[in-house]
Amino acid sequence: MPTIHLDKLVKRYDAVKVLHGIELEMAEHEFTVLVGPSGCGKSTTLRMIAGLESVSDGEIYFDGKPVSHLEPKDRELAMVFQDYALYPHMNVARNMSFALRLQKRPRAEIDKKVKEVAATLGLSEYLHRKPAELSGGQRQRVAMGRALTRDAGTFLFDEPLSNLDAKLRGQMRAELALMSQRVQKNMIYVTHDQIEAMTLADRIVVMHSGVIQQQGRPEELFKKPVNKFVAGFLGTPPMNFLDATLEARGDEVFAVAEGFALRLEGEKTALSNSASNRGVTLGVRPSDIEYAPAAPADRALQLNVLVSEYVGAQSVLLCQSGSNKVTVEVKSETPLALGQTLTFAVDPNRIHLFDRKSEAAL
Amino acid sequence: MNAANRLTPYLFMAPAVVIMAMALIYPLGYMMYGSFLDWNPSQTIGEAEFVGTKNYVTLWNDPNFHESLWVTLKFAFFCVSIEMVLGVGLALMLDRNVRGMTFLRTMFILPMMIAPVVVGLMWRYMYHPTVGTFNRTLDGLGLPKIDWLGHHALTSVIIADIWQWTPFIFILALAALQSLPRSAIEAAKIDGATAWQQIWHIKLPLMMPVLIVTGLLRLIDAFKVLEVILVLTEGGPGLSTEILALRISRTATEFRELGVAAAMSNYLLMLLLLLTVAMFAFTRWQEARANRLRAAVEEDT
Repeated sequence: MPTIHLDKLVKRYDAVKVLHGIELEMAEHEFTVLVGPSGCGKSTTLRMIAGLESVSDGEIYFDGKPVSHLEPKDRELAMVFQDYALYPHMNVARNMSFALRLQKRPRAEIDKKVKEVAATLGLSEYLHRKPAELSGGQRQRVAMGRALTRDAGTFLFDEPLSNLDAKLRGQMRAELALMSQRVQKNMIYVTHDQIEAMTLADRIVVMHSGVIQQQGRPEELFKKPVNKFVAGFLGTPPMNFLDATLEARGDEVFAVAEGFALRLEGEKTALSNSASNRGVTLGVRPSDIEYAPAAPADRALQLNVLVSEYVGAQSVLLCQSGSNKVTVEVKSETPLALGQTLTFAVDPNRIHLFDRKSEAAL
Repeated sequence: MNAANRLTPYLFMAPAVVIMAMALIYPLGYMMYGSFLDWNPSQTIGEAEFVGTKNYVTLWNDPNFHESLWVTLKFAFFCVSIEMVLGVGLALMLDRNVRGMTFLRTMFILPMMIAPVVVGLMWRYMYHPTVGTFNRTLDGLGLPKIDWLGHHALTSVIIADIWQWTPFIFILALAALQSLPRSAIEAAKIDGATAWQQIWHIKLPLMMPVLIVTGLLRLIDAFKVLEVILVLTEGGPGLSTEILALRISRTATEFRELGVAAAMSNYLLMLLLLLTVAMFAFTRWQEARANRLRAAVEEDT
C-alpha cells in the first residue's frame, strides 16, 4: 500500500491546459476525496493516477518511485467506474475474477476469493447472472466486488455513486465507509457531491479550474475555508455572501451594510488598522444564523422572510436583507410569519470575511 | 374512421409492394415454374414440355454439378474466413487516433467501390503469365513464375475476392469496435490485461454479434459472385473455378437448357435461404435473450 505523491502534475490537451501543477501527498490507508464542480480536473487527475491518461508534465510517485511511464496494469490499482464498466458478456463471478484469472492464479484460490467478496457484498446468489440481469445497485456492488477481489494497494473511485437514485446512494455511501474501514487500503475518490466528500473523506481536496483550492480534513475545510470558492462549495444550504464595508469604531471593527452592523471578534479585530472602509465579502452559513428577537444590535441581522421551505426538523428560510438574499436554517417549530421583517442573530465567531477582489479569506 | 386509419399504412406500402411483386415475386414464380420444364430458349414458355422434377433429379446425380457446388463451397469458405480474419485484424490495428488515419481508412475501403467487372479485368492483367505485374515482379526478383490463372486458378480468384471484400468487413468491424463501451476496455487495462488479452477476452466477444451477421452477409454474397470470376477465368481451367452462379449462366446461354438452369438456381436459392434463416434466427435469439434479461431485472426490482 504505497504512499502516493503527485508532483506538479500538469495535463495539456494540445494548447489547452486543464491541470495546473497539482501537488498532493496522500498518506498510507488514507481516504482522499477529490471534489469540485464538473470540469475542474478531478477525474483527469484520477485517470492520470490510474494510467488511463498520459502525464503532460510533472510526475506521480508511488512510495517514492516514479510511475507515470508505467502501464495501468503495472501500477497495482483497482478502479470503480461511474458507469460500472462491467464486462457485459461475463457473469458476476467471471467479472469479479477477471484480474485473478489473467494472473493465472490457482482455480481454488480464485473461487474462494470470489465467494468471500461476494458474501460480504451480498452478491452470493447472483454469481451466475450477467450484468444486464442486475439492477443498478447490484451492478454497483459487482463493480466494487471486482475491485475488492484483487489485492490492489490502491482503490480508485470515479464518481461511483452518481448513477444511483438518492436513497440507494445514501445506502451505498454508508457501505463504502464501512468497507474502507475494513479493508485498510489507499482510497482515492472523485465526486462532485460535497456530501459524499464530507462524509467519506479523511482528506478532502477541493479543486476548481484545474487548481487545488484547499486540502485537509473535512472539519478544517468547513470551518476555515481559505477562499470564497471553498466556502461556497462545501455545506448545504450553501454559505451566504453579503457585500459589506469594514469600519473601525474606536477599538472595535464592524462589518457594515444596509440592515446590519456586525461587530467582529477575535483575530478579525486585527483587521482594524489596515482595513478601515475597506469593501469585503461577508460569509455566514445558514446554520450560524438564529432567530433571536432580543439580539443586541452589534450581532443583529434584520431579515424579511420571503419563503419558508419545510424539510422536517429544520426549515430553510429564504430572506431579503437590503439587496441581498440570505438563507437561514431554523428549527421548524420556530414561530415565524412570512412577509415580516424579523431580527436574527449572527454568531460573531462564525463570520467569514473574504477579499472582494482575490476572494481569499481574510 | 378507425378502419381507414388501420388501412393507411397498407396504402403507403402499396407502391413498394407492387414493385416487389413485379421485380421479385413474378420472376421468382416464373423461375420456379420454369424449373419443371424441358425448355429451350427458342421456345416460349407455353411451348415447353412439362417434365416434373426431372431437372432436379438430373442435377442431383450430375457430377459436374457436384463439382461446381464443391467449388462454390470452397470459394465461399476460404474467401469469407480469410476476409474475416484480415478485416477484423485490420480494424483492431487501425482503431486508434494517429495522424492520417482517416485518410488511410478511406484508402482501405476503395476496392469495395470499384465495379466487379473492372476488378476482374484489373486482376486478369496483373495475373497475366508473361506481362502481368506479379510474374514480372517474381521474374525481376529471380524467382520462378507462377501459373496464376492456370494451376492456381481458384486461389487466384479467391485472392481477388479477398482484395475486394475485406474492406467491407473492415468497416463494419471498425464500427463495432468504436461503439464498444470504452470504460469496459479501460477496466480491463486496470485489471491487468495486455493488449492481446484485451482483444481476446473483451473486444472480440463484445464484437461477436456484429461479426456473425457480417460473416453471414458476406457468405450470402460469396455464393452469388459471378462477374469477377467470369472475367478472370470463365470458370476454367476445366471446372476448377466454375462456381454455381457461373454454371447457371452457362447452362442457360451455352447449353440452352433453361429448365435445368432454373432448377440449379433453385438449389442455390435454397442454400442461401438456409443462410438467411440462420441469420434471422440469430438476431431473433439475441432479441429474445435481451428481453429475457430485461424481464429478469424487472422481476427483481
